[in-house]
Amino acid sequence: MKARHRRFAWIGAGVAVLGVAVALVLNAFQSNLVFFFTPTQVAQKEAPQGRPFRIGGLVEEGSLKRTPNSVDVTFVVTDTAQRVPVVYSGLLPDLFKEGKGVVAQGSLGSDGKFRATEVLAKHDENYMPPEAAHAIDQAQKGQGVSLSTLKESP
Amino acid sequence: MNVYQFSSPATFYPFAGWLAPWFAWSAALLAIAGLWIGFAVAPTDFQQGEAYRIIFIHVPTAWMSMFIYLVMGFWSVLALAFNTRLSAMMAQSLVPTGALMTFIALWTGALWGRPTWGTYWAWDARMTSELILLFLYFGVMALRNAIDDPRRADRACAVLTIVGAVNIPIIYFSVQWWNTLHQGASVSLTAAPRMASIMLIGMLVMAFAAWFYTIAVSLWRVQAIILERERSASWISALPGLAGALR
Amino acid sequence: MMDFLAMGGYGFFVWGAYGVTAVVVIAELSSLRARRRAAAQLAASMPHSEDLP
Repeated sequence: MKARHRRFAWIGAGVAVLGVAVALVLNAFQSNLVFFFTPTQVAQKEAPQGRPFRIGGLVEEGSLKRTPNSVDVTFVVTDTAQRVPVVYSGLLPDLFKEGKGVVAQGSLGSDGKFRATEVLAKHDENYMPPEAAHAIDQAQKGQGVSLSTLKESP
Repeated sequence: MNVYQFSSPATFYPFAGWLAPWFAWSAALLAIAGLWIGFAVAPTDFQQGEAYRIIFIHVPTAWMSMFIYLVMGFWSVLALAFNTRLSAMMAQSLVPTGALMTFIALWTGALWGRPTWGTYWAWDARMTSELILLFLYFGVMALRNAIDDPRRADRACAVLTIVGAVNIPIIYFSVQWWNTLHQGASVSLTAAPRMASIMLIGMLVMAFAAWFYTIAVSLWRVQAIILERERSASWISALPGLAGALR
Repeated sequence: MMDFLAMGGYGFFVWGAYGVTAVVVIAELSSLRARRRAAAQLAASMPHSEDLP
């Protein structure tokens, strides 16, 4: 292969790589830069209307209900200000727990229920042994849920 | 002693060769210590169980993927500003290792995300910008290979590296600027670490291992780059042991 | 020992992460070794100013 051909091949590869990178950036800026919307944003109609989006928040304590002998579940996503009921049919991730962070993809029905097609667990950035977590739990009893997995919307 | 003499490849070559093994052995010892802490000493995590142990490679390699790019940017600025050969070679020597660190960060992140979040991949701002970083490393490598004249390639790669550096703060602050699936930083300069101390120690030891590994590998690679690019220089023929490479 | 390998059910993910890391690090080290050797051979085979008649 001639040096000129080799150079053209590399320039082509470079342009292709740059093109993919730009496409990724545009894709991210267009719709996914905000990965999820909080229940407050949904209540204020800041979430996209008429197309699927993601909702994020905490799974409200005591809201998780499983239909026996099926994978159908319902739970409520809350940011402690607003709450959105979610309907989902499928397996939940290991870290999905009441009082913990969750991100669900789907669309909002006219009945105000969010029909999820995918449910992801959003864990926080704390790492500690179970005994330490238990001790903190005991100390914090009655002080409400931790909001460390939630972000204020910009 | 004049530090500027080290900007000459002829002076730097033996110095790099002397320095690299120290960093390589330190990296190996630190990695052994870090893995021992990570698997034998550090307890299990309260919410993620044993899956969190991926953190001991994920976070150090993710840090290095960004840090290496910043160091490349530093050398690129020097290369453009002072037109020094060695700065450009130092930047060049870091590119493959930067790509490697970025790949490992993405790979381990995927294997960590599946059991914890429930997905290997999501187009959230942190992960997308880290993927763009991988493509930037590939782009610099492709650009280098596309240009035959090494000095022109130096300048082109320096410009691309500096322009791409805008991505680094985007990666780092993405978890603060936007709602992301990725959690916030457990360790930062401004807040107390949000990790049990033995877990943090294991992670920091692994971070130093990754750091020293990168230094050792880039010193060895810059030696090869110097040989490739200055092979006709008279000082090369005076190097001891070079003729032995033919046997 | 089996408990250690199982990683509480996360063995595939933990060892998949560490295993691939080990593989790519070894790949980088061996390709670097080959590059250094090739560069040294190339430099040693070049006619240098002193060698020229």
